[in-house]
Amino acid sequence: MASLLSVDRRTFLKTGAAGGAALLVGFHLPARASDPAQEQEKPPINPLNAWVRVTPDNHVTLILAKSEMGQGIMTALPMILAEELCLDWKQVRIEQAPTNPKIYDHGTGGSGSVGDSWLPLRQAGAAAREMLIAAAAKKWEVGTDTCQARNGYVVHGHPERSYSYGELVVAAALLPIPNLKEVPLKNSRDFTILGHDTHRVDAASKAAGTAIYGIDARPAGLLYAVIARCPVFYGKVASFDATKAKAVPGVRDVFQIETSGRGASTTGGVAVIANNSWAAMQGRKALQVKWDEGAATNESSEELHKQFVANAAKPGGVIRNEGDADSALAAASKRVEAVYELPFAAHVCMEPMNCTVHIQSDRAEAWVPTQAPQWAQGVIAEAAKLAPEKVIVHTTQMGGGFGRRYQADFVMEAAQVAKTAGKPVMVVWTREDDMQHDFYRPASYHKCLGAVDAAGNVAAWKHFQTSTSIAAKWSEKGEEDSGKGEFGTGATVPYVSPNMRIEYTLAHSSAPRAWWRSVEHSSSGFVVESFVDELAAAAGEDPLKFRLKLIGESRKIPQFGEGPDATPLDTARLKAVLQLAAENAGWGKPLPEGEGRGIAGFFSFNTYTATVAEVSVRQGALKIKRLVCAVDCGRVVNPNGVRAQVESAAIYALTATLKDAITVERGRVVQSNFNDYHMTRMNEAPPIEVHLVASEEKPTGIGEPTVPVIAPSLCNAIFNATRSSNKQIRIRRLPIRPEDLA
Amino acid sequence: MAITFILNGKSETVDVSPDMPLLWVLRDTLNKTGTKFGCGMALCGACTVHINGEATRSCITQISTVSGKKVTTIEGLSADGSHPVQKAWIEEDVPQCGYCQSGQIMSAVALLAKKPKPTDADIDDFMSGNICRCGTYQRIRKAIHRAAGAPVEKA
Repeated sequence: MASLLSVDRRTFLKTGAAGGAALLVGFHLPARASDPAQEQEKPPINPLNAWVRVTPDNHVTLILAKSEMGQGIMTALPMILAEELCLDWKQVRIEQAPTNPKIYDHGTGGSGSVGDSWLPLRQAGAAAREMLIAAAAKKWEVGTDTCQARNGYVVHGHPERSYSYGELVVAAALLPIPNLKEVPLKNSRDFTILGHDTHRVDAASKAAGTAIYGIDARPAGLLYAVIARCPVFYGKVASFDATKAKAVPGVRDVFQIETSGRGASTTGGVAVIANNSWAAMQGRKALQVKWDEGAATNESSEELHKQFVANAAKPGGVIRNEGDADSALAAASKRVEAVYELPFAAHVCMEPMNCTVHIQSDRAEAWVPTQAPQWAQGVIAEAAKLAPEKVIVHTTQMGGGFGRRYQADFVMEAAQVAKTAGKPVMVVWTREDDMQHDFYRPASYHKCLGAVDAAGNVAAWKHFQTSTSIAAKWSEKGEEDSGKGEFGTGATVPYVSPNMRIEYTLAHSSAPRAWWRSVEHSSSGFVVESFVDELAAAAGEDPLKFRLKLIGESRKIPQFGEGPDATPLDTARLKAVLQLAAENAGWGKPLPEGEGRGIAGFFSFNTYTATVAEVSVRQGALKIKRLVCAVDCGRVVNPNGVRAQVESAAIYALTATLKDAITVERGRVVQSNFNDYHMTRMNEAPPIEVHLVASEEKPTGIGEPTVPVIAPSLCNAIFNATRSSNKQIRIRRLPIRPEDLA
Repeated sequence: MAITFILNGKSETVDVSPDMPLLWVLRDTLNKTGTKFGCGMALCGACTVHINGEATRSCITQISTVSGKKVTTIEGLSADGSHPVQKAWIEEDVPQCGYCQSGQIMSAVALLAKKPKPTDADIDDFMSGNICRCGTYQRIRKAIHRAAGAPVEKA
């Protein structure tokens, strides 16, 4: 739990004497998904997670222990702190935390940084503010209640006198630290920073080309490497001949690296080290490797589809069962059956994977674009055979993350190469490496059965899913655990039905899987929000009204399969975002033939999102006229940042909906670059409107939750747009192919 | 092979393979890392620079073809990030991860040199070679209009 520790006083005084006093206030952010009861029992040791540092020149630095991958965390977290500290925003500076898992929880994922940091950051900021006020009051020999903090100063009296925080810092640091649970937090009515549009702190460096990403690390004496990896999943090096590779000008060395453990999940390969990236790539082209391709060579997307179909012909393991869905379906007058299918999807960060490591006998230093600096540190320590605290990891800016950079495969490989090379080495991935050696969003197949009664209610809801699970890739007990993990909120159905049955069967694949922006919600959202639309059509009802009716009265639905601490789905908030999107999109207003609207609403990462897509479908050509998005992510820290994330997630989801699938042939990924795995581009980007719910609730996630609603809103809009044609088009397989619209 | 060209107004001589792409000469030989590697096939635009004023994909431009020419990279656009396009990018909060934005800005500057008041269709046409995986297209469009001095609609 949140607790406040003073920094080691001797360290502080030494620093203060030598080079500028600093008030350091630390706090601990609870680890995600941890048990609060257990947390309370832990002694409050090493709980520092970030620091507030006030220096005598009156600058305030927040040391940020979360990673910036574009989501704007480097702006949002300082805003929270600055608010409670009563700072002038212009005073704030940000520094990336050094990697120290004993102090920090660096992991950045699950759209959780703002929600998890909200209270601890406010408490830390408030505690620092109260200490500065107390220091000023002591100097003036007045009561603290007669002093106020304002724009980086403590002020008192008429005529007003003041001390800057910088002038107070040495005295303040020696005062007792207030109890965090009792420290007064600002009233939200007095917020001057939170809830106000704020420019990104990193926009200028990114517009100037001076922001440093992992791939821009240039320690002295740096060498560059690329790795030849077996194209087949989990294939290994049988033998290699480096003669021609070593003859390429600039190539320095060629050697093999071994398969690493389950955690980092690398399969080894042959590293080509050179004076520059280009020479390393040329060396790899000249390299001759014989691969032991292993058992996966029989695998293909076609074979996986057959597995899906065969699995769906049999009952799956029961995930959730209420009433008797099968009997209700058998007795139903109106029965809807639909099969949905989603492919593997690649993350495709614009900055391909890379990692720079320098291992010396007694220490290591690394420059890593990572969502999990502490994991990177552990992996490098393992490869270097050093204690983790001997490994310095510099967390750099990331050219995209989307979950890909939570992995440590690219770190392990770089550490292995650096260990052998004995010099600083950057392992660079080409686009082809990045696309063909990803950890993909699982492919999945869903058979849904529903019964609609005469009153237009859903008498039965049955959802069978089979997929290549993430749990089966990572967990020792993965195969057993996979059903629940793959469903997430797909089993927390907000639509009322007395007979509900959800089943799961694991499908087998060697393709590596992991967390892709919005994880299982990207599939669950598409299926649930497409299927409810199909039921509305069967009932002959308006898709919005049907949803609102089925969601029913305002109530809280526990997240299925989660513990009692998981935030329940609040149906009132879900209904509100559906209505907000609908109102702003002109839901119900007539559109010309060939044009239509579709809606979808979803709950993920404790956030409520809804989108209305407006499209035209004419002569097989789809045009997205606009996307109207509504979001309730609790109290909004930076509206400008939230809008940016909604826009971003919408485009990310459009690519997965409209562009290419990752497919497998002979155990290898077919797609390799932007010529066969296309991205949404400027000329295809529709206008996106974002409407935010004004909320006093605790802030929740925003990086991911818009992803799940985009595909279903779009496919539902296509259905609506083709209402007058001979063949109304219902898209059930992603991505949408041209022939689907013909 | 020694090759001389003008980089951001200063003469540079490099001794590298003549077929080495300009991108890697900039990044690895000269440590000018503002220009980014995205695909190596001129498909994404992250590596866009100006050669004699023309927007060019540096990842497929062999260094030998650059001999004697003027190359401008993001670092050469302004000394302090004050180019009108850079200012518009900051004002509209365009960058998210920001990795593609050097290339986006170099393309936008080249577009504005050709069409000082581009239409949305001009922007679609010229900017579609630059991929942004964070999906900042709507803001790029607004920033280009802003840099062109067009009235900026409120968000």
